[in-house]
Amino acid sequence: MIRWLKKLYYPIQAGHYRLERHSMGLALGIVAAASVGGLVEIAPLFTIDETVESAPEMRVYTPLEQAGRDIYVREGCYLCHSQMIRTLADEVDRYGPYSLAVESQYDHPMLWGSKRTGPDLARLGGKYSDDWHVAHLIDPRAVVPDSVMPHYAFLADAQLEIASLPARLAALRKVGVPYTDAMIEAAEQDALGQARPDTDRADAVMERYGEDTQVRNFDGDSGRLTEMDALVAYLQILGRLTDVAHATDPATIKAGLEAAQ
Amino acid sequence: MVAKLTFVERQIALLILGIITILGLVMASLGAGDALGVHGFIVLFAGLGLIFAVGGSLYAPEPIEDRSREYYDDPIKIGIVLAMIWAMIGMGVGDWVAWMLAFPDLRFDAAWSSFGRLRPVHTTGIIFGFGGNALIATSMHVMQRTSRARLAGQISPWFVLLGYNLFVILATTGYVMGVTQSKEYAEAEWYADIWLVVVWVVYFVLYIRTLARRNEPHIYVANWYYLAFILVVAMLHIVNNLAVPASFTAAKSYSLFSGVQDAMTQWWYGHNAVAFFLTAGFLGMLYYYLPKRAQRPIYSYRLSILSFWGIVFFYIWVGSHHLHYTALPHWVQTLGVTFSVMLLVPSWASAGNALMTLNGAWHKVRDDATLRFMFVAAVFYGLSTFEGSFMAIRPVNSLSHYTDWTVGHVHAGSMGWVALITFGAIYAAVPLIWRRDDMYSWRLVEWHFWLALAGTVIYIFAMWNSGIVQGLMWRTYNDVGTLQYSFMDTVVAMHPYYIARAIGGLLFLIGAVIGFYNILMTIRAARSEDRLLDHPTDSEACEPAVPVAE
Repeated sequence: MIRWLKKLYYPIQAGHYRLERHSMGLALGIVAAASVGGLVEIAPLFTIDETVESAPEMRVYTPLEQAGRDIYVREGCYLCHSQMIRTLADEVDRYGPYSLAVESQYDHPMLWGSKRTGPDLARLGGKYSDDWHVAHLIDPRAVVPDSVMPHYAFLADAQLEIASLPARLAALRKVGVPYTDAMIEAAEQDALGQARPDTDRADAVMERYGEDTQVRNFDGDSGRLTEMDALVAYLQILGRLTDVAHATDPATIKAGLEAAQ
Repeated sequence: MVAKLTFVERQIALLILGIITILGLVMASLGAGDALGVHGFIVLFAGLGLIFAVGGSLYAPEPIEDRSREYYDDPIKIGIVLAMIWAMIGMGVGDWVAWMLAFPDLRFDAAWSSFGRLRPVHTTGIIFGFGGNALIATSMHVMQRTSRARLAGQISPWFVLLGYNLFVILATTGYVMGVTQSKEYAEAEWYADIWLVVVWVVYFVLYIRTLARRNEPHIYVANWYYLAFILVVAMLHIVNNLAVPASFTAAKSYSLFSGVQDAMTQWWYGHNAVAFFLTAGFLGMLYYYLPKRAQRPIYSYRLSILSFWGIVFFYIWVGSHHLHYTALPHWVQTLGVTFSVMLLVPSWASAGNALMTLNGAWHKVRDDATLRFMFVAAVFYGLSTFEGSFMAIRPVNSLSHYTDWTVGHVHAGSMGWVALITFGAIYAAVPLIWRRDDMYSWRLVEWHFWLALAGTVIYIFAMWNSGIVQGLMWRTYNDVGTLQYSFMDTVVAMHPYYIARAIGGLLFLIGAVIGFYNILMTIRAARSEDRLLDHPTDSEACEPAVPVAE
């Protein structure tokens, strides 16, 4: 064993002894050695089809939801809340079916997170009412006494900036989200419409994004479109762009769990 | 500082600063009404301020001495002071947000002071502000001494150092305004990222040109690590930050990748920021300052080679251990575990090599707090790399992931290893660079050492406790087969540990403040006589630049 290791090691040392006298050679050696792992692990994720499940009926985020997602990113919510339910029994019991890759296929960037100072949010949509979210964001400890979450009362007063939404959707299309020309053109109108039920604009949103699109006055204030509207709209769609994770039959889930443990 | 430049060099500096100022003006006008505009003004004022600094002494007398006969230490001096300023900012914000987790209303009632906006200021302030400046400054010190050559450039070292700090300022001021890409440790937006690429290319060219001037046939081991740090960080930074801006008049951009591919790219970046920023660069520091301070040669040349190539090759594979049990394909997770465990070999080879180097110098470790900083750093390096390999194993990770255990592990590395080796290196370098006999006060170095060590230990134990307690509570079932604890039960259980952690962080911060004071007082002290042989030379008769290897 030792002899074999020595045989393996001596060429490395001999090669290194040459390299450490040539700065460019050393630089090239470093780049070569450091490239292998990334190429082997990342490149196939784009080419192997099984990496991402198929969910043909999955829809894209509406402009209002995408605006809410941008606020979620801006405020750093992902630093305390994950959006990735692992294939562990207690997580499935606590949060719902484990997350599938396809569920974040339109997430540029992904917000899987790395720390749960607060609970996972991957299946938050529909779990609480809009009113609960608004009250909780305005004063978390009024709703959850022991919460350590910062309050976001200012969102309710901040008018949502919608003029840049067409450009934002267009950028998202460039990176692969299938927004149509009509969606991009009408982004501002659709953002307004989704928070104003029973208007022509609202009907247009449902026409473009599907009958199931949640059209509500999310922040409870019908006066104007606020950042609160956008963020709550986003929180209410989490885990509901596709129901493919729920559709998986129990036997498969169980097998998956056993394989993982 | 400007007095050491020739008239032509001052003009070139003014030209570069003029271009930067115009860029700032363009950003400010295009991005009016957006955070991009605010950043434009920051660039503009940074450029104007430096134009005044250089322009004010444009016609001052030119240097008459032969500059090639001495090392270029001015940028290193500024780099060390900047590193300490960022240490104050990064650690101060870090401890503030730590208290905020125990007492959430401990903030001004403002949007900018939420945990979510301040946490990246802490991480960026420490990693890139404190760590980055320390790496740039020490790399310039080490490469000149081990190559026996002056830096290959008069202006480029300044461009690298100040341009880099402009990047860190743009990044941190952006976060409080809500400008972020959300990618951990790569939050800065597209324009700041592009600027960092420019700075980094100049850094690489400066490094490789200085190495090309060397008067030693071999490149010393510290430089291998600095070189790996520069090259691989460039690769990681460029790939992970690929994004399409929503418009060129605003800061917002969208990552080129999405979902699972984005997650893998991010943690390929994230873990190798640990590897090549927080490990490779600081191992470069360790390999120079520790043997120099101990006056002992590096224990083993073979171990150096083994650990260097092991770290460069293995580390790149391990990022996927951040994504166990997620939607990332199983085969990638398995590769991550495998390489994480194998990584222990080169990691412990490095730590062991450092500790064995101290054989015969243990009395110095006892008496000299500066060397003790480096010794304890090597010990923490060994401990945290073991912990890292352990936590990468799937079943362990199922408990530790998403909890404070990860936070504790990161701080075992960043406080115990990165910060302690940096303080050791700075205490070793400051008297050398400023030509002083010694630090202003060795007692203050002792105080700093014990405060830093106590703070680190308290921090790590608090986070081990809270992380393991929370992980276990999440998965506890009661007799009827439902979950025993609500999520809020686990948050309440964290409270005492969060207070302990914040106290640990405070001790560490106080130590760093004492260190900064000590450094400033050393700078103020009287200059001593020049050291023999501390200048570029090609004389074979001189003592070796570094103690000879085995």
